[in-house]
Amino acid sequence: MSNEAVLEDGAPTRAEICCVAVAECFRGDGEILANPIGTIPMIGGRLARESFEPHLVMTDGFAGFAANPLPPGADPADAVLEAWNPYPQMFQVLWNGRRHVMMGGSQFDRFGNQNFVCIGDWRQPRFQLLGFRGAPGNTINHTTSYWVPAHNAKTFVERVDVVSGVGNDRAAALPAEGGRFHELRRVVTNLAVLDFETPDRSMRLRSLHPGVTVDEVVAATGFELTIPDSVPESRLPTDEELRLIREVIDPAGLRYTEVPRD
Amino acid sequence: MAIPDKRMTESEVIGELRSGMTIGIGGWGSRRKPMSLIRELLRSDLEDLTIVSYGGPDVGLLSRAGKVRKVVSGFVSLDSIALEPHYRIARQSGAIEAAEWDEGMLLLGLQAAAWRVPFLPTRAGLGTDLPTLMPELRTVTSPYPSPDGVADEPLLAVPALHLDAALIHMHRADQGGNGQFLNSDLYMDDLMAMGADRCYMSCEQIVATEDFPKFGSHHTQRISRLMTAGVVERRGGAHFTECPPDYGRDEAFQKEYAATAKSDEAWDAFRAKYLDVPEADYQRLVGIGS
Repeated sequence: MSNEAVLEDGAPTRAEICCVAVAECFRGDGEILANPIGTIPMIGGRLARESFEPHLVMTDGFAGFAANPLPPGADPADAVLEAWNPYPQMFQVLWNGRRHVMMGGSQFDRFGNQNFVCIGDWRQPRFQLLGFRGAPGNTINHTTSYWVPAHNAKTFVERVDVVSGVGNDRAAALPAEGGRFHELRRVVTNLAVLDFETPDRSMRLRSLHPGVTVDEVVAATGFELTIPDSVPESRLPTDEELRLIREVIDPAGLRYTEVPRD
Repeated sequence: MAIPDKRMTESEVIGELRSGMTIGIGGWGSRRKPMSLIRELLRSDLEDLTIVSYGGPDVGLLSRAGKVRKVVSGFVSLDSIALEPHYRIARQSGAIEAAEWDEGMLLLGLQAAAWRVPFLPTRAGLGTDLPTLMPELRTVTSPYPSPDGVADEPLLAVPALHLDAALIHMHRADQGGNGQFLNSDLYMDDLMAMGADRCYMSCEQIVATEDFPKFGSHHTQRISRLMTAGVVERRGGAHFTECPPDYGRDEAFQKEYAATAKSDEAWDAFRAKYLDVPEADYQRLVGIGS
């Protein structure tokens, strides 16, 4: 554990840069349900609320909204419950639209169509995955971001096998403004931050995590990604953000189970 | 008080079901599932069932045992084990037909059945592959402008999921079939109960009606006898799924169950030891009441 202490005093790790990149997804969201799913997403969301986005509402991971910054995996009994939110109520919130979810996915195409249903033909899949779960309702009703802990060309593909989360091209094609509540904000990966700020709303490289090159990201992406002339580095955590991550939100270091130490 | 007496045994409940029925199963994933009723169903000769469920081991066990023709679900998961291994195999081998809906759509289908309307509209599913892969899902054009003023909006019409029977598990119940849940989430159990011709409810303990307040506030008394046809008292009836505050999930047993997807031999041994035996033997084997 002495080694741990030295590292914890040191420079920000890749996992911590990812946490900050996740937190940045929620900047400006105000008083909505920030609902990041996954370890680094949960840490990043709580970091946003403990710093620049204090009015976010967040779950305890179960059937409630917790006012306090619970570490990932915490017992819901430790939550300061601000409202009861069992599953039937959660659907009320998401159809109402006051929510920004961060989900995962097994495949994404350049317009952000997402698949975590299965690999292969849905009628008899080669690999059954999660099914559609909440992705259709989430993506069509409110803001969605994604977290991809292992950026590679098997995940970022030309064509997804099944569309569970709606991408920008499909949302735009819906008649009668059917996609007006759809918003894909960002895709945060272990290498970079991607967004959709292009004329056709396809994916663009927004920033590179320190130490990652454009070529690395291009090689790990199975479709043509828009690369701006100059790509900034992802923002480093401030000292206060590092303290919050290391001492308050994730003292157990669970972030390293998703993005190992450099 | 003239509370009816709807007490039944698991075998009496399953005796009222028929092959080919559509059966809703309450709970969520590996949480508060009516497992003693599922085990009795596994002992029966029922087959060709359509199961509607926020699926967990209920779906996995019934699929593996060849009881199922079709599964309608929002997902099938063991929670601590993300993918239900037997459901996964059944899908990949083509052994079962599946309708894999958005989780919220399932709620709407159950609500439509409970309200006796043919469908309820939603935006969930629009723009995804759901309507193409599951052509039974149709759209309707709204006859009204939306609250934000958009006219002629196409919406997905989630069809009513009418259930021939529903099986749910509550913490407490009275002999008349009033039910009380004591964990943090009712899930869709009330909708399952109301959307079914007959709902059968197992419970950890049957108590006197006037004793419900000893266990929880009136907000926890969410299942009315209006919705239930029978009640089965079975301590540990949700094992190995979680049923807090009475007990948590039996993770070790769940792992043992999940490992039976590895081979026919492993499944046969599990089945002989835990499923082809009376419920009392099962309860002794897994240590309920010890």
